[in-house]
Amino acid sequence: MSSLNTLTLADAREALRSGDTTSAALTRACLDAVEAASALNAVVHPTPDLAMQQAEAADARLKAGDAPSLCGIPLGIKDLFCTRGVASQAASGILEGFRPEYESTVTTQLFEAGAVMVGKLNMDEFAMGSSNETSVYGNVVNPWRRGNDDTALTPGGSSGGSAAAVAADLCLGATGTDTGGSIRQPAAFVGITGLKPTYGRCSRWGIIAFASSLDQAGPMAKTVRDCAILLQAMAGHDPNDSTSADLAVPDFEAMLTGDIRGKTIGIPKEYRMDGMPDEIEALWTEGRTMLEDAGAKIVDISLPHTKYALPAYYVIAPAEASSNLARYDGVRYGHRAKLGQGDGITEMYEKTRAEGFGAEVKRRVMIGTYVLSAGFYDAYYNRARKVRTLIKKDFEDVFAQGVDAILTPATPSAAFPLGQEFDDPVQMYLNDVFTVTVNLAGLPGIAVPAGLDRQGLPLGLQLIGKPWEEGELLNIAQTIEDRAGFVAKPAKWW
Amino acid sequence: MSIDRETARRVAKLARIKVEEGDLDALAGEFNAILGFVEQLNEVDVEGVEPMVSVTPMRLKRRQDAVTDGGYQEKILSNAPDAREGFFAVPKVVE
Repeated sequence: MSSLNTLTLADAREALRSGDTTSAALTRACLDAVEAASALNAVVHPTPDLAMQQAEAADARLKAGDAPSLCGIPLGIKDLFCTRGVASQAASGILEGFRPEYESTVTTQLFEAGAVMVGKLNMDEFAMGSSNETSVYGNVVNPWRRGNDDTALTPGGSSGGSAAAVAADLCLGATGTDTGGSIRQPAAFVGITGLKPTYGRCSRWGIIAFASSLDQAGPMAKTVRDCAILLQAMAGHDPNDSTSADLAVPDFEAMLTGDIRGKTIGIPKEYRMDGMPDEIEALWTEGRTMLEDAGAKIVDISLPHTKYALPAYYVIAPAEASSNLARYDGVRYGHRAKLGQGDGITEMYEKTRAEGFGAEVKRRVMIGTYVLSAGFYDAYYNRARKVRTLIKKDFEDVFAQGVDAILTPATPSAAFPLGQEFDDPVQMYLNDVFTVTVNLAGLPGIAVPAGLDRQGLPLGLQLIGKPWEEGELLNIAQTIEDRAGFVAKPAKWW
Repeated sequence: MSIDRETARRVAKLARIKVEEGDLDALAGEFNAILGFVEQLNEVDVEGVEPMVSVTPMRLKRRQDAVTDGGYQEKILSNAPDAREGFFAVPKVVE
């Protein structure tokens, strides 16, 4: 087998268990692919020595017949996850040189399940961005191009490195995090599947915080089944995260029956945006037909507060970020500015933060500071939290009417060129228009690749599910995957 | 409402981020773009609506009030830009 790294996670698991290959061979194939893909800038801290050690340990377990679900499977880990002894800096200059003395709960669970880490993956700084252009490591380049046009495209963000690494077969799956769409939008831009679980499904402990009431880790992989396998290992209660849910984790993979007869799928009219490309509109209609053909009942629904989701998000997320990022002060870890004669502690804070944070992060921290400041707290922050209550209620109402899941486009466009100039920061924020409602309501959402546009770029559909119903959501997504038959891969140029 | 240069300066100060004098106007402009976008929230009738505290209706767990962790000073200090004699070192705070 010459291209082990192109296997799906499920197929690799079978090949490992049956003895057709070894984790050492599989891991070597991925590491070679990583090395050859520096043009993508997806893997920013490769960990080949650790990976080969983990692969050998996994092979011993496989040989002994003690092979947990991910035994020997090479994964990429977003730089937002703290990994013991391995650089973890949220793609920020302010965490330059930081090597955690501890391991995040999610990566601990993945390693306990036998996973191998090929390296840390690029992302937008502190997960703030939709194009992977705010990273201190530089842009990630999408493996996809518009036909023969060699314009470099964004892989989306913030989990752009995770998306590019999976799409380019540098690893079999990756972790992502999603605060406003950061798993689903990049997954859609590179033609892979990405799941944001229900808020509280995966522990946030050891994941560098952006907006704690919205952040949630999830899997990014080549297929729906692979996402189910990964989620199984990532999910579960953790006493170290007081918001992690003390609920049993179902067998997600076993729930992929492909049978969705009798399910009710809602189509929200508010997601039909002005100026949306007709190809996205057409794809949405195709998705509707696919689910109908599979025996689902399609109903038109209304989520009246949808248009207020992005404005509410751009109050709540910066507010939480300004608080969470207050810890980067040059005292305990990371960067400290060189101080001048007579500089005191305030100058140390101000210079350290000015040097360490990039422009978008500074902007959001300051917006958050403003909306939380005396005199504006009620007008902005409390009002946004009230609107958030209404957005969640929109979803509760349609679920109470018998809707099992909601079908929408994943993004308002296909991948766009890197370096595109926007009039103001809000233009970039509009990328998350279809995904951000899900974070505000704490719901699970999944992006599934469903087609290509005229320029040959992948487009995705999003399914939104009821709280804790990731199993059902994955099963409906499987139906779309089966019927869309999306098998396209980017032509290798790197 | 519009953010002026002075407000931008005050916000930067509150956030403990040094902003050069020449960058304040551009910063105020960006704040105004974002806050202008956020103004839409004023269209929503929020009379009688509770501000969301927790997105999942869960009771926060309680735990024993006991020391269950600690005892690794070296690890805590290992990433510090400046650590001396078991402490984080910072510029002089008290005159």
